[in-house]
Amino acid sequence: SLTINAHVMAQQCQAIVIYTGWERHALVGSDIRLSCSFFSWRWTSEEVTFSWTYRPDGSRDSISIFHYTGGEAYLDNKGPFKDRLEFVGNPGRRDGSILIKNLDFNDNGTFTCDAKNPPDIVGRPSSVRLLVFEKVPIQAGVITGAIIGVVLGLLVLVVVIYYLMRFLVARRVFSLNVRSVSGPAALCRWAFRQGLELRPEPIPGTDTCVAKLA
Amino acid sequence: MLILLLGIILLHIAALVLLFVSTIVSAWTTGKGSTSDLWVNCTTSCVPASAGEWIQAVQALMILSIIFSCLALFLFFCQLFTLQKGGRFFLTGAFQILASLFVMSGAIIYTVMSPQWVPETDTFGYSYILAWVAFPLVLISGLIYVILRKRE
Repeated sequence: SLTINAHVMAQQCQAIVIYTGWERHALVGSDIRLSCSFFSWRWTSEEVTFSWTYRPDGSRDSISIFHYTGGEAYLDNKGPFKDRLEFVGNPGRRDGSILIKNLDFNDNGTFTCDAKNPPDIVGRPSSVRLLVFEKVPIQAGVITGAIIGVVLGLLVLVVVIYYLMRFLVARRVFSLNVRSVSGPAALCRWAFRQGLELRPEPIPGTDTCVAKLA
Repeated sequence: MLILLLGIILLHIAALVLLFVSTIVSAWTTGKGSTSDLWVNCTTSCVPASAGEWIQAVQALMILSIIFSCLALFLFFCQLFTLQKGGRFFLTGAFQILASLFVMSGAIIYTVMSPQWVPETDTFGYSYILAWVAFPLVLISGLIYVILRKRE
């Protein structure tokens, strides 16, 4: 049973894993590089193949646009990417990336990369979605965060200014129009307790006092 | 007295819950098998909502209204214990009224811009209605705070 298990393990190890991006954004008229690489337990063979297919948005048909085999790259010369494709990969380093030039809105769609590394041929092709924009869209959440941040910031600012004003008035940095207070003793005491830094002096023989700025 | 207090707090919390549900649940517009709200558009699979400027403004306003309403509740309890006898809950009322203004702005912006986002066949869902219901509740709650006087 030990040999059977080893055989099964060897079979599972031989699946090839292909990596492309998930989604790519680009501006109209720009170029974009679609990357494709793979992982395989085997050494990179001489007969490694890469192929790219394209399925437009909203369509169910795919069309083959690129094929690399036997050391040669074959580019689309009849289809929608005629004269716009370039092979920029390095098959020896397991890189099957292609470059598409001068993008247009019609290029929106899904690009699928399939790589084979004989004898390692069992694997799932991987797809990357291309989105072509007229102008770079604002990332979701930037404006949301900005509005929330500004309003909360204003709130904090108002609170800070309020407490600052109270603190400064109490500390006599702002002088109010109270240079002296004269009247019943209780008034002088009140002013003194308010921390207005007035020194109350009772006028002897009366019930009044004068309080001056200390 | 205690009953009045409890009633006011319940009103505030009810309005707050409405705000939460309206913001989080995905049902601002519903159509046949598709719902969309401030955050995602769902048909059979969910796609993040378009990153337009106005929908982000609505998101921000709804979140701000929740924040201000929570702050108002917190301030109410603070003021309950620190206010002098006969004082009015101005600060709490101000925050609550601000929160209601935010909900109103958010709902209005969504209503005005919805022809752009929502296909003709879809109707407004219950989250949208909850937002409009929450607005007068929050406003009334705020006004109550402003006219309420603290007694011992």
